[in-house]
Amino acid sequence: MAKLILSMDGLVLKEIPLSKERTTIGRKPHNDIQIDNLAVSGEHAVIVTILADSFLEDLGSTNGTFVNGKTVKKHFLQSNDVIELGKYKLKYISEALPGAAKAADFEKTMVLRPGAMRKPPEPQPPAAAGAAPVHVETMPGGIGHPAGAPAAAGAPKAHGDTQVGMAAAPAAAPAPAAPVRRAMVQLLSGANAGKELELTKPLTTLGKPGVQVAVITRRPQGFFITHVEGANKPTVNGKPIELQAHALNDHDIIELAGVKVEFFFKP
Amino acid sequence: MNLSQVLEIASHTDPGMVRSHNEDSVASVAEKGLVVLADGMGGYNAGEVASGMATTVITTELRQLLEDHPPHEVDPLSGQKAAMKMLQEQVAKANTSVYQASQSQPQYAGMGTTLVVALFYDNKMMVAHIGDSRLYRMRGDEFGQVTKDHSLLQEQIDAGVLTKAQAKHASNKNLVTRALGIDPVVEAEIHEYDTQPGDIYLLCSDGLSDMVSDEDIGMALKALGANLNLAAQQLVQMANDNGGRDNVSVILIKILREYSAGHGLASKIFGWFR
Repeated sequence: MAKLILSMDGLVLKEIPLSKERTTIGRKPHNDIQIDNLAVSGEHAVIVTILADSFLEDLGSTNGTFVNGKTVKKHFLQSNDVIELGKYKLKYISEALPGAAKAADFEKTMVLRPGAMRKPPEPQPPAAAGAAPVHVETMPGGIGHPAGAPAAAGAPKAHGDTQVGMAAAPAAAPAPAAPVRRAMVQLLSGANAGKELELTKPLTTLGKPGVQVAVITRRPQGFFITHVEGANKPTVNGKPIELQAHALNDHDIIELAGVKVEFFFKP
Repeated sequence: MNLSQVLEIASHTDPGMVRSHNEDSVASVAEKGLVVLADGMGGYNAGEVASGMATTVITTELRQLLEDHPPHEVDPLSGQKAAMKMLQEQVAKANTSVYQASQSQPQYAGMGTTLVVALFYDNKMMVAHIGDSRLYRMRGDEFGQVTKDHSLLQEQIDAGVLTKAQAKHASNKNLVTRALGIDPVVEAEIHEYDTQPGDIYLLCSDGLSDMVSDEDIGMALKALGANLNLAAQQLVQMANDNGGRDNVSVILIKILREYSAGHGLASKIFGWFR
């Protein structure tokens, strides 16, 4: 389910799931999201959510509704959009995929109780029956869905007090989007100056263990550098980074353990 | 013996990217060398009730017990370590609490939880687990799973029906064959292991192990082992970056030095200087 993260001055105040078709935002108490601030109109804006899509509409507010710094009247929300009302910010986070909510149900851990299993998702190994306290009973009419057949996707969900035998569970959700760009680091000083390294792994450590170590993480949003150990934090373009992850930009110069490294995206 | 100087513990739990609430529960008592992780299941918020009850019962009861009973002592009758008996009894107690709540309150009907508990003492750890929450070990460059899931998938792997590679793509990852609080009695799987200084142990819910490959988890621990808090956050972030379809919880424990229970002053002093 999509959600909004309400914050002010960088401080997260609360998380609001967009569970209703219409979520109203305003100063008056009858709104779903009440923001008690004079810069916010009584009925300021509304978010209409249809399936996985959410639309933001300004309800003729006095001070306007801004999305990512631009004033909007009507806006189709994209994940990570930042809605601004006065001093308050609402970050919109959409669910990963339209089918994700449905798939998520199948991700829930469920217990398979001895004797409760009605339909085997896979043919049962004979050995398993002896090794484990699992009985296999086939529910009348429950057969005929070969595991993995496309038709099985439409099969009714197992029901009852204990949910078992989910032949209808979809295959693992598609792999998450890889970062859009490939990136490299090149050593600019030190004994290995000129050496290049492509950042293919989710994590790449830089520095000397026990002295100063930083890690570059590859994430869907891009590349980030984080301080791991050592008294000094690495610098990016001459400035020491903070404790949290620091997003890397093309041609940033990282310096740590006395070595300069350039980060750049592969052309 | 206070273990807070011997064990470095970091934990992190997150609802993930899809779920609106967190049914996982984690707890640790550093000075007693105790860590507990539970992944609850059941409708509405019953899952978090079950996991919360299990972790609370086990930590409060064990904390009390450990005050008076050294876990490394061997019971002369059964030949068992006290730690083994303590874990058995407290898991049973937690099971009864969850089971009775689910029987007496309609909104909690059918709730249950997985569980993994580790108790550290005398250069050893006693691990109890139920369901598919796991304990992994990083020793040197070697990273591997210590506990074996109580899940349909694991049974299929054991029976040779599925290979580990096939299991990664299986659709029935989420079926556990054992859970705490579902039936009047439950048997936890309990084993003792030796620990070594430098070891890093990871307890996690399936929200991590289903979303991030063992290889990547091992890589993160190797790269960030020097900064346990960061490593815990990194693991959760990796699960979320990969989709975060379930709640993600991790507890990391690093063994900083030896912690022999000491059977005399001499060995205590010797242990001190090692």
